Amino acid sequence: MIQTIRWKDLGTPARVSEKTVDLEVDGIAVTVPDGTSVLRAAAEAGISIPKLCATDSLEPFGSCRLCLVEIEGRKGYPASCTTPVTEGMVVHTQTTALAKIRRGVMELYISDHPLDCLTCSANGNCELQDMAGAVGLREVRYGYDGENHLKAEKDTSNPYFTFDPAKCIVCSRCVRACEETQGTFALTIDGRGFASMVSPGQKQDFMDSECVSCGACVQACPTATLMEKSVIDMGQPEHSVVTTCAYCGVGCSFRAEMKGNEIVRMVPDQNGQANRGHSCVKGRFAFGYAKHPDRITTPMIRAKITDPWKEVSWDEAISHAASEFKRIQSQHGRGAVGGITSSRCTNEETYLVQKLVRAAFGNNNVDTCARVCHSPTGYGLKATLGESAGTQSFDSVMKSDVVVVIGANPTDGHPVFGSRLKRRLREGAQLIVVDPRSIDLVDGPHVKAAFHLKLRPGTNVAVVNSLAHVIITEGLENAAFVAERCDTKEYAKWRAFISEDRNSPEALEEITGVPAAMVRGAARLYAQGGNGAIYYGLGVTEHSQGSTMVMGIANLAMATGNIGREGVGVNPLRGQNNVQGSCDMGSFPHELPGYRHVSDSITRGLFENAWGVKLEPEPGLRIPNMLDAAIDGSFRGIYIQGEDIAQSDPDTQHVTAALEAMECVVVQDLFLNETAKYAHVFLPGSSFLEKNGTFTNAERRISPVRKVMPALGGKEDWEATVALANALGYPMHYKHPSEIMDEIARLTPTFTGVSFARLDELGSIQWPCNEQAPDGTPTMHIDEFVRGKGRFVITEYVPTEERTSRKFPLILTTGRILSQYNVGAQTRRTANSMWHDEDRLEIHPSDAELRGIQEGQWVGIRSRAGETVLRARITERMQPGVVYTTFHFPESGANVITTDNSDWATNCPEYKVTAVQVEPVTQPSEWQQRFKRFSEEQAELLAKREAARA
Amino acid sequence: MDIKRLVGMANDIARFYTAEPDHEVALDEIAGHITRFWDPRMRRALADHVAGGGEGLSDLAREAAKRVKLPVGSVL
Repeated sequence: MIQTIRWKDLGTPARVSEKTVDLEVDGIAVTVPDGTSVLRAAAEAGISIPKLCATDSLEPFGSCRLCLVEIEGRKGYPASCTTPVTEGMVVHTQTTALAKIRRGVMELYISDHPLDCLTCSANGNCELQDMAGAVGLREVRYGYDGENHLKAEKDTSNPYFTFDPAKCIVCSRCVRACEETQGTFALTIDGRGFASMVSPGQKQDFMDSECVSCGACVQACPTATLMEKSVIDMGQPEHSVVTTCAYCGVGCSFRAEMKGNEIVRMVPDQNGQANRGHSCVKGRFAFGYAKHPDRITTPMIRAKITDPWKEVSWDEAISHAASEFKRIQSQHGRGAVGGITSSRCTNEETYLVQKLVRAAFGNNNVDTCARVCHSPTGYGLKATLGESAGTQSFDSVMKSDVVVVIGANPTDGHPVFGSRLKRRLREGAQLIVVDPRSIDLVDGPHVKAAFHLKLRPGTNVAVVNSLAHVIITEGLENAAFVAERCDTKEYAKWRAFISEDRNSPEALEEITGVPAAMVRGAARLYAQGGNGAIYYGLGVTEHSQGSTMVMGIANLAMATGNIGREGVGVNPLRGQNNVQGSCDMGSFPHELPGYRHVSDSITRGLFENAWGVKLEPEPGLRIPNMLDAAIDGSFRGIYIQGEDIAQSDPDTQHVTAALEAMECVVVQDLFLNETAKYAHVFLPGSSFLEKNGTFTNAERRISPVRKVMPALGGKEDWEATVALANALGYPMHYKHPSEIMDEIARLTPTFTGVSFARLDELGSIQWPCNEQAPDGTPTMHIDEFVRGKGRFVITEYVPTEERTSRKFPLILTTGRILSQYNVGAQTRRTANSMWHDEDRLEIHPSDAELRGIQEGQWVGIRSRAGETVLRARITERMQPGVVYTTFHFPESGANVITTDNSDWATNCPEYKVTAVQVEPVTQPSEWQQRFKRFSEEQAELLAKREAARA
Repeated sequence: MDIKRLVGMANDIARFYTAEPDHEVALDEIAGHITRFWDPRMRRALADHVAGGGEGLSDLAREAAKRVKLPVGSVL
């Protein structure tokens, strides 16, 4: 799928209308939807009208006056970008008069523009240059000596792009992109007339402004005014490959623009069905980690974690790992080993790892990082709706009237979706936020929540029950929907439960901290405000009642009939790029691919026939069970692909004790991550740029991941798994990931119609994709639920056992920030750290004052599990009694303080509720001091490998 | 396996079903959940613990644990 660099810009956005309009442009008959601009109609007929301020990702503006046309029967020269088509219209785009006007316009532009085309970074990809050519500009009668902007100072403050106002033509595309596409409004046109110029914020530089570095302005700029530094350094790319971002669960489609095997830039794909041409600072710019010097590209082994690493060949590393796993199984039983798949790897890779565990290890001890994020989503949605997945497309939000965001921070965690949501809110949709913190959506300059239910951490279920109580007791439910679509017996039981006074907002106000009137208002708005959609994140799942809350959300949606059409639904915002996919692929210890339980003999039989091996009918160990079993000695070997449990999983000291107790830890990763410091075998991983495969995003969209450069370590991740399986004595013979997907499609009913060829054809596919839905399924549960009748589940509120006390009076909750990604292994190795170079503890001013804590001061955070030290950030975003931190830096030890409490159904850790005390300190915690020493020792052991090589 | 941890897990599961009005349904659901999601060694450890009196288990969890199916034919 190698493509050229330029795509066809149709000038203005597409319009959707059932009515079509016939017109004639330069003698060519054109039919377009009503509302389409003349500019776009012409472009669709293959006629290019010169333009500068228009681009098809932005609403027309009509400022550059280049796209003027003549329309028969109309006076003057209307701008084709702002003129909608009308029936029978006859348009002329090239006349003598138009040519003269356009040339005159270009003369004015060029009279105040540097004439350095040959050395300009946009040379070869400059719309101004193109237009000068298109209009036949041959002279500039005004000369170049008049007042101009050529000496305007260049802003290079942003690490990824420059702003050169000398080259600006004030077309406002950047300003409009920041407003319309991103929704940040960081840019403006400052001044009037000749003094007009683009300005970030109040004449600030980009880094000090509100700019979130999404790149939309750079993308929109028709000149070199806003330009990627990588293009300035490397020159224009010569080919591009469409692939899928490896950061969050939005799964943006990008064009990797290349020079040979070198990436020049990543540009959001205009045809991307998840992102619709938008991006964030991570996907757009933070890809430099792929070539970071920390990458380890040669396999390594060692007998003990106190030994230096020894570089070996792939064959030796694989053969050593296989012999160790076999030795452990022969000495300690078949169940003494297992594996962890990665949500950062492709579907094909996760499928192979679980296959290796089930077929080569002969047990079901496979789990995935979804265990610690969205496993309650899988459980809760399967139990209620019948499928472990979100119900909508991201596009669906544009038809929502009321949006409920629970325990999610889309503008930071899922920024491209956050921008779509903000656009819909600016159009008038209402917003309800359920979150202990005042996230940006609550009260921004252009969006404001109608209700912010600022609950106490750990009381989600009480809030969702009280919302449902109001809906039922005030008769706001959709009785017809429930009667037709849901199990009425279960509904009656739930209805009786939820109607009890103890579930009323008044009864629960004391527990939740949310005023009853606010809950009542929010419930009425959700039930009666039109299309109601719920979006939620890890603030829902990472609780001791995570699964209960997911089911409570599904109950709400079913009770109000907000499911089964566009604009509504239950939408988990998945943390990592392939969380949905890794779960789909059978990464859980109780499920084969397609969410089918291992005890189901018919399904097992299917896989046994295909894989040629008898499969274990009993569920295997989950990650926390594996760690417990390691400590008790019954689990001794593990193959971890692309995960870093020593940083990401709760109760770090328990995790590292378990890793230390194991005899063979095999880590496959890009870097020597925290877990790899406890490993005996290190296999070099391949980044998403170095392999073929697919990712599945939060809307069940399977998107192609395409190789744009060779694997630095010599093997793509799936090839390493194939080699390990073969060495274990279980043959795998795949020659390309497409063959793995073909096998998945043969064995998984929801993937029957998926293949690499179909993905090339359609761009992406939302599963289920089968005979009933050959092009995929954007919206689920339209006529009936996957399980038949929707099932209401009683969701008793059970307070977490993690309680505050005199010793631990505050509640710590955790989350992430825009510029960094999860454990930070990727983003910490990019310039994104300029925005966030350390994790800090956010604390309310009154809590800080009580403890004598000043802004930026080091504070100790002590829980029942451990202690760490961070610097304080005092902010009213927090409510009194609640503190918050991110977990992007290993030395922060955020998970040293999180406990081993977990969701009752899935063991998803309760990251969001930890009772802590915070006090000023003067030195790092004991754990941090130990961590520093251990990390230095491991660095030395790694350095010895390099010395041996030298 | 750490029996304290398993007892805590079983109690957590039982707590979710305390609102189930039909006691028999609650017992079957709890036992079914453990059977479907716990590895054989965990179920055996729980069964051994219940046989020894089931210290620390809630009444509901203890009663339900007796209905947990133990693996048959599994070598694990």
